[in-house]
Amino acid sequence: MEKESYISEIRSKVGVNVNRCYQCGKCSAGCALAEDMDYPPSLVMRMLQTNDISNYNSLLQSETIWLCVSCQNCLTRCPMEIDIPQLMDYMREKSIEKKSINKKSSQIVSFHKAFLDSVKFTGRLYEIGLVAGYKARTLNLLQDMNIAPKMFSKGKLPILPEMVEDKKQIASIFSNTKK
Amino acid sequence: MEIGFYPGCSLKGTSSEYAQSTLALAKAFDINLKEITDWNCCGATAAHNLNHELAMALPARVLALAEKDGMTEIVVPCAACYNRLTVTQHELNQSEELRDKISEVLQMPLSGNLQILNVMQFIDKYITNRIEEKVVKPFEHKVVCYYGCLLVRPQDILKFDRLEDPQSMDTLMKKIGADSMDWGYKTECCGAGFSVSRTDIVAKLSGKIVKDASDRGAEAIIVACPMCQSNLDMRRPQINSYLQMNIKTPVMYITQAMGLAVGLSKEEVGLKKLFVAPTFA
Repeated sequence: MEKESYISEIRSKVGVNVNRCYQCGKCSAGCALAEDMDYPPSLVMRMLQTNDISNYNSLLQSETIWLCVSCQNCLTRCPMEIDIPQLMDYMREKSIEKKSINKKSSQIVSFHKAFLDSVKFTGRLYEIGLVAGYKARTLNLLQDMNIAPKMFSKGKLPILPEMVEDKKQIASIFSNTKK
Repeated sequence: MEIGFYPGCSLKGTSSEYAQSTLALAKAFDINLKEITDWNCCGATAAHNLNHELAMALPARVLALAEKDGMTEIVVPCAACYNRLTVTQHELNQSEELRDKISEVLQMPLSGNLQILNVMQFIDKYITNRIEEKVVKPFEHKVVCYYGCLLVRPQDILKFDRLEDPQSMDTLMKKIGADSMDWGYKTECCGAGFSVSRTDIVAKLSGKIVKDASDRGAEAIIVACPMCQSNLDMRRPQINSYLQMNIKTPVMYITQAMGLAVGLSKEEVGLKKLFVAPTFA
């Protein structure tokens, strides 16, 4: 039963039938990040098709799902119009839920979390807050120290955050969309 | 005339020259772009990577606010925000269950009938037919137009331009006098949201783009997305160090090039804010 569950769950939650993929490889050929991934997109599709939970778990622990930047090249070129970017979004959420986040990808995940923290407090992105939050999460304290003064002098780094007035509504959006 | 405007966070900070040149260009054509009252961040990559419902609810609030302001049409210059807003409206219109859930979270009605225009659609609809008569200083430079990933995708939702070899920016640049060249990286990814978390990847992907532009003798790379612009421009030191070269091709917003062509000053289009300075303008 466990074997069947993830393919049908993907089908109902994401609307993607993984068995439609016939392994032409166009997605991997066009993927800008494929060479940095542990599993290129066409292999991701093949692993899902095996219906083997250990393959699915490998994907949830993979670097691939965090390296995908959702550029949609794969979807654009797929002859079967399989929505791989949506599939990646889904697997990222599952990976967090199952606490299987790939260790090498922790900086990427930290950045996303710091980004949302910033939006949660101000309703809009506050870049100084984002970078401070990211550095606190990753301890990459000295990163990009030389770019900030130039950004500031060009008026690209506001010191004070832009604030949404209805902060209550933003807070309610965040608390009501928690999984 | 007046049209709704969603600047998004980048245009208030790292890409303020994009906002400045878009507003100035619109004004030169007697169009007032009016900001949506109390707009919020669209959630960007972070939200859709971590939480699908949040990635729908944040843009949905923006759409609901625009409707509340009585707007029927909004201009969204950031290609990434544009993608999130458009995909959200599409998904909510497709699924009643999702729409009910999100309306409940927001406590606001949503009709889902808003016209959402990216910068090229906006220009096409309101400016293109009047551009040639307005050009006072033709932009006579060799350029390549860089569309990036999100301006023309996903096609079944956006239904705008060609996917693999888009033309809208090229056509427009030719109208203002530019020699818009053919090249290989029109829609290749720049590394997008990895600017901070994986700068090495941005240097590599953006490096390939900048190198092809430079090899073909482009005097400028023309863009319509703040994420593309900041990766190709602000990350130039990392790009050049990856390439072991010293490429100085500037990266300009299409609204800046058009603004200059219709006689706006360098200051009015925020040209000095670019990190890699154009030498010709």
